[in-house]
Amino acid sequence: MTEHASAPLAGDAPFLIGEAMSGGYGTGPDILHGCTIAVNRGEIAVIVGPNGAGKSTAMKAVFGMLDLHSGSVRLDGQDITALSPQERVSRGMGFVPQTSNIFTSMTVEENLEMGAFLRRDDIRPTMEQVYDLFPILRDKRRQPAGELSGGQRQQVAVGRALMTKPSVLMLDEPTAGVSPIVMDELFDRIIEIARTGISILMVEQNARQALEIAHRGYVLVQGANAYTDTGKALLADPEVRRTFLGG
Amino acid sequence: MRTVFLFALVGLLFVVTGFTSSWNVALGIFNMGLISAIMALGVNMQWGYAGLFNVGVVGFVALGGLAAVLVGMPPTPDAWSAGGPRILLALLAGAGAVVATIALRRAMRPGWSRALATVAVLVVGFFLFRAILDPAVEAIEAVNPSSTGYLGGLGLPVLLGWPAGALLAAGAAWAIGKTALGLRSDYLAIATLGIAEIIIAVLKNEDWLSRGVKNVIGLPRPVPYEVDLQSSESFVARARDWGIDPVTASSITVKLAYAGLFALVLLALLWLAQMALNSPWGRMMRAIRDNETAAAAMGKDVTARHLQIFVLGSAICGIAGAMMVTLDGQLTPGSYQPLRFTFLVWVMVIVGGSGNNLGAVLGGFLIWFLWVQVEPIGLWVMELVTSGMDGGNPLRQHLIESAAHMRLLTMGVILLVVLRFSPRGLLPER
Amino acid sequence: MSDILNALVAITNFILIPATAYGSQLALGALGVTLIYGILRFSNFAHGDTMAFGAMSTILVTWWLQSQGIGLGPLPTALLALPAGVAATVLLVLVTDRTVYRFYRRAKAKPVFLVIVSMGVMFVYNGLVRFIIGPDDQNFADGARFLISARDFKQMTGLDEGLAIRSSQAITIVTAVIVVAFLFWFLERTRTGKSMRAFSDNEDLALLSGINPERVVMLTWVLVAALATIAGVLYGLDKSFKPFTYFQLLLPIFAAAIVGGLGSPLGAIAGGFIIAFSEVAITYAFKKVAGYLLPEAWEPDGLVQLLSTDYKFAVSFVILVIVLLFRPTGLFRGKAV
Repeated sequence: MTEHASAPLAGDAPFLIGEAMSGGYGTGPDILHGCTIAVNRGEIAVIVGPNGAGKSTAMKAVFGMLDLHSGSVRLDGQDITALSPQERVSRGMGFVPQTSNIFTSMTVEENLEMGAFLRRDDIRPTMEQVYDLFPILRDKRRQPAGELSGGQRQQVAVGRALMTKPSVLMLDEPTAGVSPIVMDELFDRIIEIARTGISILMVEQNARQALEIAHRGYVLVQGANAYTDTGKALLADPEVRRTFLGG
Repeated sequence: MRTVFLFALVGLLFVVTGFTSSWNVALGIFNMGLISAIMALGVNMQWGYAGLFNVGVVGFVALGGLAAVLVGMPPTPDAWSAGGPRILLALLAGAGAVVATIALRRAMRPGWSRALATVAVLVVGFFLFRAILDPAVEAIEAVNPSSTGYLGGLGLPVLLGWPAGALLAAGAAWAIGKTALGLRSDYLAIATLGIAEIIIAVLKNEDWLSRGVKNVIGLPRPVPYEVDLQSSESFVARARDWGIDPVTASSITVKLAYAGLFALVLLALLWLAQMALNSPWGRMMRAIRDNETAAAAMGKDVTARHLQIFVLGSAICGIAGAMMVTLDGQLTPGSYQPLRFTFLVWVMVIVGGSGNNLGAVLGGFLIWFLWVQVEPIGLWVMELVTSGMDGGNPLRQHLIESAAHMRLLTMGVILLVVLRFSPRGLLPER
Repeated sequence: MSDILNALVAITNFILIPATAYGSQLALGALGVTLIYGILRFSNFAHGDTMAFGAMSTILVTWWLQSQGIGLGPLPTALLALPAGVAATVLLVLVTDRTVYRFYRRAKAKPVFLVIVSMGVMFVYNGLVRFIIGPDDQNFADGARFLISARDFKQMTGLDEGLAIRSSQAITIVTAVIVVAFLFWFLERTRTGKSMRAFSDNEDLALLSGINPERVVMLTWVLVAALATIAGVLYGLDKSFKPFTYFQLLLPIFAAAIVGGLGSPLGAIAGGFIIAFSEVAITYAFKKVAGYLLPEAWEPDGLVQLLSTDYKFAVSFVILVIVLLFRPTGLFRGKAV
């Protein structure tokens, strides 16, 4: 364990952890340098940091979309470092990419069905849960998802990922490009999802709001952990406030 | 080194053919090889330099052939007096309608009224064109249809038809490039495929222009005729001195003369193409090919550059087409098959090495040689395979009869194998 | 009054019915092209020759059935042979995919490179077809020639103008309706069909959802082979089978797919009919119709034909160019790779 705060908080037994990850895309230069990201069961972990800090890259590394040359990823105690993203999906990880995260030409309901493609059991109850969570989607379920507004599209994207009944949901900047009101609404829903026992790992541009709902926050700088603490503690830390939250 | 070796190898193929069958045959293949190499050079410019996907090569080749006829054949005075001016008037009217449409579109603002006006001008223009053209066509085609029935050419030296072929093909390429370049690459492919079909259809059906499927025969030659050589005493005497039969000697001499002319054109074009490739212009072209977005961001007008090279490459195909008609001494519109021209030339470019001019030339010779030789080889293979069968066996008969179709199959397999295992071709781009 | 009826009958007989049949054939061909484009993301130049191969396999089986005395009575024997032809073509395209295309798919080759590869495949298929059945016209239609013959129609209605519906036309239309209905049911209603649409819409997200790309690709080829064979056989029954004609069909088929919007199945069907109706109407000689409708003094001398049939390719081409210039994604907003 290194000096800076890369270690999980004391007393935690993280449900998902990417530990001391180093690597980059293909043969390109390393983007991550010994970065550690973890989330407990039913909690919300948020990755924040300046542009180009490797926030999304760290999350993609946890999801297996990056070539790691050192470090490991463990899910519920099992080492999944060697698994492909698809295999991680079947192990219970849901991933919502930042862009192109819905099937625009298909209806809302078909989007949800495709999310549950791997499942062979009855998907109706899960779909009802998603509709309960996002009631607007129930009204629009016969509409092509591409015709929805930005916020509704994000709901479809999250709903699609929930259809696999994941134990971890990973969100890459879910509030990018939506209005502040819609953002608050989305954060509320995310808290609700976490309350059902699903762990949430998300990358956020809107650091202040995201840290407010986070059980744990990671501040990344240049592909390495700069600060790690509870969301509240980070918000209270004058150093973090001055450097990353604009005072 | 590799270049020299491979060229020597292909040269050897021709020499071996010269010794095993005859020099006449070898030279015949060699001459078409020269023409094929020029076509490959043109396509290589478009694909290798700029990444443009032209599958209308046959159309530009045919236009070149038409140019050779229009320049080299003597005019038909009766046909001209029957309807010549009227044809010109019709063509003017057609061009006028197109110009009017463009002017109209520039002048009016986009919207329904502009669309309607465009359609109206085009429809009126089309009927006007047909109304002027049709009687003239009828009159011209009635003039001695068995031997002429067309306007004929300008009666100029046929060699002038070569640059004319380049011009004609360039004009067509400009028109098609103006519309289809700047769109997605496969759209250009389909558009060129279409324009080629139309050019061939025009050549086949507009008898007043090209005699259609009746063919134009007896094109004047830039080299002496065999008969004249055979009746020249000095030639016959020299042939005897060399110990060659005068008939064979005359035909070889004619072929050598053609080979000299063609080689001159090929070398000149190759030199120009190399100069262009290594000039700042060529570097810019390759930069655009490798990263269009970056080149556009650096202020290069990608579409204009593409248009330039598309026109140039097609013009080279036009020259080759004119040369081929000159070599054959006839224009046979029915023989312009896309598989034989367009796609075979593509095989030449890919196998030779796209982006490398020498590679294209090598591919031109090699693939043409194979195209000609695969048929006898296929026949031989089939006879070998079926040698155990009884002579009357229907399967054996079918296989031997079908051996001729081995060509396409072989070319396809060669193309696929090269694409898979050596996608940069025999002589890769440096 | 009867003049107007006669004119209508002539238009139906010489334009509407042939164009509907031809449009159905083009639509089936364009559906194959558009599916490949949507899923495998390249323009398949070998499609015309895939149709030729499918038709050829069906013809060979048809001949064998005919020689065995097996037939369908008034229906052409080819319909009975169709499943065998489809099976042979499925086998061919799957082998091609395994040996040729899969390598480039894994290497993530540029689409234009795949187009060139498909050119090589085109050569091979073309050679294969010519090698097996030869380059000439082949006749394999049997069964009843007409559903309604012109003479019966004249007797029935007392009109001067006859209306003939050839059985091949009727079969084409009926088959096309069934095939298209099945295809849309499959794509819209089944889980597998939806996964194909999802893959075409957003490949990365489809992978994230656990959709197996190789399975989707394989299914696409199976559908494409079936569509190509059916289109090829229907065209052959309606007109005739000649390998080179099938290669030439590439242009109207691509025009149909692009006009409708590459990647859009609905667009492929609309495009097929647009191309077919324009082609037939523009190359039809309206002299007869004009003769019925216009007063005698105005009757035209010429054929009143906009373009000779030799220029039918020009029609698809002009429509294609117009659409490309004004709406490059096609009428139904296809996708741009």
